[in-house]
Amino acid sequence: MYVKPYGDTRDDGLVQLSFTLPVPCTAKATDIGKQLLERMGFHDVAIAEARGIDPEYTFYVAFARTDTTIDPEQVTGDYLEVEMMDYSAINSLLEKELRRKLVVVGAAIESDAHTVGIDAIMNMKGYAGNYGLERYPQITALNMGSQIPCEQLVHTAVEMGADAILVSQVVTQKNIHVQNLTKLIELLEAEGLRERFILVVGGPRINNAFAKELGYDAGFGARTTPLEVASFLAQEAKRRASA
Amino acid sequence: MEPGIRLDEHLVLRARACARDIADGVWEHVDKHTTDSVERTSLRLLGVTGVNDIDVPLVNVIVEQSRELLSGGIVGPFVALLMRSGRDAQEVAEAVASGQLSLAPVPPEQRAQVERTATELALRGVGRIDAVRRRREELVAALADPITPWLYVIVATGNIHEDVVQAKAAARAGADVIAVIRTTAQSLLDYVPYGLTTEGFGGTYATQENFRLMRAGLDEVGEEVGRYIRLCNYASGLCMPEIAAMGSLERLDMMLNDSMYGIIFRNINMRRTFVDQYLARLLNARAGIIINTGEDNYLTTADALEKGYTVISSDFINEEFASRAGLEPWQMGIGHAFEIDPSTPDQVLYQIADAQLVRQLFPAASPKYMPPTKYMPGDIFMGHIIDAMFNFTGVFTGQHIQLLGMLTEALHTPLMQDRYLSIKNAKYIFESCRHLGEQFTIKPGSLIEQRAADVLRKAVSQLERVADIGLFKALELGEFADVTRDPEGGRGHEGVIARAKDYFNPFYAALREGKMSGSPRGASPTDQSAC
Repeated sequence: MYVKPYGDTRDDGLVQLSFTLPVPCTAKATDIGKQLLERMGFHDVAIAEARGIDPEYTFYVAFARTDTTIDPEQVTGDYLEVEMMDYSAINSLLEKELRRKLVVVGAAIESDAHTVGIDAIMNMKGYAGNYGLERYPQITALNMGSQIPCEQLVHTAVEMGADAILVSQVVTQKNIHVQNLTKLIELLEAEGLRERFILVVGGPRINNAFAKELGYDAGFGARTTPLEVASFLAQEAKRRASA
Repeated sequence: MEPGIRLDEHLVLRARACARDIADGVWEHVDKHTTDSVERTSLRLLGVTGVNDIDVPLVNVIVEQSRELLSGGIVGPFVALLMRSGRDAQEVAEAVASGQLSLAPVPPEQRAQVERTATELALRGVGRIDAVRRRREELVAALADPITPWLYVIVATGNIHEDVVQAKAAARAGADVIAVIRTTAQSLLDYVPYGLTTEGFGGTYATQENFRLMRAGLDEVGEEVGRYIRLCNYASGLCMPEIAAMGSLERLDMMLNDSMYGIIFRNINMRRTFVDQYLARLLNARAGIIINTGEDNYLTTADALEKGYTVISSDFINEEFASRAGLEPWQMGIGHAFEIDPSTPDQVLYQIADAQLVRQLFPAASPKYMPPTKYMPGDIFMGHIIDAMFNFTGVFTGQHIQLLGMLTEALHTPLMQDRYLSIKNAKYIFESCRHLGEQFTIKPGSLIEQRAADVLRKAVSQLERVADIGLFKALELGEFADVTRDPEGGRGHEGVIARAKDYFNPFYAALREGKMSGSPRGASPTDQSAC
């Protein structure tokens, strides 16, 4: 079944947009914005606001209708299907299946100085009322912090006998994250260690398909909770233990 | 708000006494050491600039070549060579870097004369900083000085030319302070890159040329909008004092300069940081630069409701360290932040309590209030409202520098329109609530007062704990932000050098001698009508 954007009536196709054009806010600014949206395929374009935010730039807020539709059934891709478990279920699964603690090492690697992501997932406190991995009795978690060279991360993971490596990448400007993440994979492969670890990457601009493409086992995007990561790790560890 | 929160004055005195004890312990180390970057800064202040043919700054080349001289200070041998060769500082530096000349210990019989000349040169170097400070005062007097809270926004394109375009647009929209965010990991470079740059990751390289270009751009737009537009960058990382020196010469008005940030969040060696920081702050003090401390960072790791007191105790430490370097209260951009989880009932009440507490504990300072980041949602409409409550709290409690939140926080570096919307948000709230705070008094025994008292009490007990074991030990035990640091570990440790008995560096004294005082006085701000 095909769907369209919903404003206040089924299939009205209403979309709200805002953008800036590098044009001065002159008498024809409204029409410039309107015609641009028409060229994008929108119709019934209403420019709610066209305001000069600098002598050479105009900011637009607009509403417009689209005829484009989509069939949700036809959307397929590499999605991470994790069965969400709760805190105690994860611990008892690990206890039963692994009969030892799951060892997890995490870091924001290379130039990335942001600890916010890895902290949210790993630190005791966790995020949004969700305990971090350090809190789980069945997980030994080491959060190495930010700007950790790949070599150091791998060295520590080997030393601790880690089951899983969590990598956080927040900065994505000029695709620096792709370079960093590729470096880690290449290093693990060169050392013949790739298969030893469950390799997970997270960050606001990361998704599972992207992570898979780079050779990671899973990728988690914005607003991921520790529970989701822990659920995945427990299920993946179980799968590997029984394989 | 008058009267504000009733504070236990005894606790406030206790906090400051602890901060003094803590600083005493740190200064025992500071007074006995120098660092690579302190020595490089001294060369810069003597007039050395530029890079060699493989882009290594000359000051780095010279310091590396002369490691065995560092414990006595590089200035003496350098000035001796200057006198012997009859060339100027830059020529001597080039000759030393290329191996034509080399530095040697100063013969004892020449010491007195070399030191006299070096002191004169140091005073001349400091004179360049004074001239820059005077220029700021003239400009602020000629243009209007914006009313507080100042609207502070960031630019971070990576390309200095693009940064200038964005900064000018922001100033036209109403921004009073422009901070150029540095490229990620610059704090870990043990040298300052040279020349203008057009590539960066998550920010733009801090170089002297980039400083100059942005300064020129802001002066231009300041003239146009009739307000002095302030420029901010970072005196932090392994080159803290060098960048402070560059900022002093290129008329930066504010610099991020925290006593512990690099140690905790960048794993820079603590012995290195404290020594570097002292000279960096002496420079900032001399240049009339407002420092911004980084307490907001604690709350991005720890919980703001539970650990709000760490902000206050760190503020006291930063204040004490700052005044030891000669920074006047108006130069202290004491940091704090709006980071309590918005789903907490009475969140804004707690934020008002915390912000009011900072305002009252540091009445003559220029507190710098940081926006929500940790709980900013991808839903930018909701994010814009959280920012609005932050702006409200800032103007209601009379903060001095308001770092504006962006509705697209954590999604991408600010687009031109994000900055515009953010400034519009702040201007609306600041204008519409300008005199609101002064209409209210805080009810004795109210939840606001209880919260503030609780935070202060916990801060004092933390400060007592830290004073008891010393700051080095406290950092080792993870007292701040739950991060533990080894006093002998971290980056830059190898660049800390014990001073020899006859260590000589004329800049420490020169930076204090005949220092100007007071904040620049501007004309009263003209009516800032919307564009």
